[in-house]
Amino acid sequence: MSLALLIEQFLNGLQLGVMLFLIAAGLTLIFGVMGLINLAHGSLYMVGAFACATVAAATGSFWLGLVASLAAAAAAGALMEVAIIRRLYARDHLDQVLATFALILIFSEGTRWLFGSFPLYLDIPPLLQGAVALPGGGQYPLYRLAIIGVGVIVAIGLYLLIGRTRLGMRIRAGESDREMIAALGIDIRSLYTIVFAFGAALAGLAGALVGALQSVQVGMGEPALILAFVVIVIGGIGSIKGALIGAILVGLVDTMGRFLLPKALALMMPATQAGPVGAALASMLIYIVMALILAFRPSGLFSART
Amino acid sequence: MGARETTVNVLLVLLLPAVALTALFIGEAFYITLATRIAILALAAVGLNIALGLGGLVSFGHAAFFGLGGYVAGVLATHAFNMEPVAFGLPGTTAMPAIWLVAILLCGLVALPIGLVSLRTSGVYFIMITLAFAQMIYYFAISWPAYGGEDGLSLSMRNGFPGLNTAKPFPYFVVVFVLLLAGLLLFHRLRASRFGAALEAARQNPARLAAIGISPFAIRLVAFVLSAMITGLAGALFADLNRFVSPSMLSWHMSGELIVLIILGGKNRLFGPLAGAALYVLFEYALGGLTERWQLFLGLVLLAVVFFARGGLIGLLAGRPRHG
Repeated sequence: MSLALLIEQFLNGLQLGVMLFLIAAGLTLIFGVMGLINLAHGSLYMVGAFACATVAAATGSFWLGLVASLAAAAAAGALMEVAIIRRLYARDHLDQVLATFALILIFSEGTRWLFGSFPLYLDIPPLLQGAVALPGGGQYPLYRLAIIGVGVIVAIGLYLLIGRTRLGMRIRAGESDREMIAALGIDIRSLYTIVFAFGAALAGLAGALVGALQSVQVGMGEPALILAFVVIVIGGIGSIKGALIGAILVGLVDTMGRFLLPKALALMMPATQAGPVGAALASMLIYIVMALILAFRPSGLFSART
Repeated sequence: MGARETTVNVLLVLLLPAVALTALFIGEAFYITLATRIAILALAAVGLNIALGLGGLVSFGHAAFFGLGGYVAGVLATHAFNMEPVAFGLPGTTAMPAIWLVAILLCGLVALPIGLVSLRTSGVYFIMITLAFAQMIYYFAISWPAYGGEDGLSLSMRNGFPGLNTAKPFPYFVVVFVLLLAGLLLFHRLRASRFGAALEAARQNPARLAAIGISPFAIRLVAFVLSAMITGLAGALFADLNRFVSPSMLSWHMSGELIVLIILGGKNRLFGPLAGAALYVLFEYALGGLTERWQLFLGLVLLAVVFFARGGLIGLLAGRPRHG
């Protein structure tokens, strides 16, 4: 096992973590402000990927596709909020789970109707093709590094947005006391729509970025959604900081576990057994980490609501 | 329970055997299988209803137990077929009662640690954690190659029940239906018992329950484990019905469907799961025959139930519950 390979896997883990952060940030924001559990968040991720793939195929420009993914996911999110989600804020979690589960069915089948069952492919833009040399020899794809960069920018941007702007102040006020800010004359309904559309746009961006690494297909949002749930449960629901740390943790643990566990087990048992056992254990690892964290901190690492 | 709800319930219970018997006489085995499918899904949802309906514990991970039960049937039968011991020299089996027992015990054993961790939390956390645990088992099943991994495991023939030819659809329906009745009876007795009262109190006001000296945590844990056991039994039956078990039985989609069954029928109603399962399977059959996209319409129906028919099918037919 060379150093370069280790660094490569570490960067892969970081890249997965950053993607999860983009999805989890919206999810946790929506929960923190509106108290809503949104299973259909993964569908918005899928919408972003499909919008990017379609526009990029039509215009030949990945960048236009990226803009389209943000716009399409935000529009789909706003529409979803105004038509359905708005009616769910006062309901219990069971109703929210059911209605957003229904939305997943509608989005998935609707997308299959429009685009068919075959996956779409999205090319990495020419500007970001190629690789960067790693210390210790070896190459790392520039595109994945760029994704990490996007994640860092979004994290800083979110920090500034929430902490330093008027909109961020309203979002924080909405988290702590929604009656009060409504009484202070802030239009809470449109604030909710904005927050929802914003979270949707982040998920759509993640979908477009990942779309160039994997294929774009119906159902791609669901594994991402469940990982994002693990992230926000670990980080503490409602906390952006928790989402960031949880996402990096999940990304690294998952990637490094898949890489290192079979090798570690090979030291203890025959290699033919170590492979499958290691792979099976690695696929469970993040859930084990989650259970351990929750056993000690039942409301996550940085819970906003205690 | 109001008089109208009792009438609806009696009709619901009679519906399945009536369909199965009619199908037997006109020689349409397919409808017997359809009725069996309804009964099994209903039993799985009856299990979940103990946690979700009585205890207010929205478990989004009951597919884990459904799938585990299914894998117990598949794995034991495969070992019996290949004449290999399962573990510790114990042989596999194709006898349903033994399979059911193992499925029930295993699901209880798995539900215990899951419940211990998950029940420390509540609300959204509980939903997501049960989901995550189910995903953990799902990914394990996919990446563990010994029992088919992603492709699943076929049973060469349906497991047997002493004195019955379970390979034929009707005797198997009878077996499943009797178990469904037993599950419903258990739910009914449980709800009427002191334990059931404590469980409903744990849902409505845990602080008061704790104040009179009953630990809500312990009550909920017992309910969660019991609920998992019944859903696991249904899983074993489901594997035998299809003679196939695959990770899709463990998927989060399955967990969602189990919740959907309860809500379609009516939450916290004794016969809600049966009404929901009947509606769901009929819907799947009727719309699935017309369009591949039936899940889109299922989604729309679900939205309509959430917004306009919160009592589900039984709520529509029998009016509001007298207490809830």
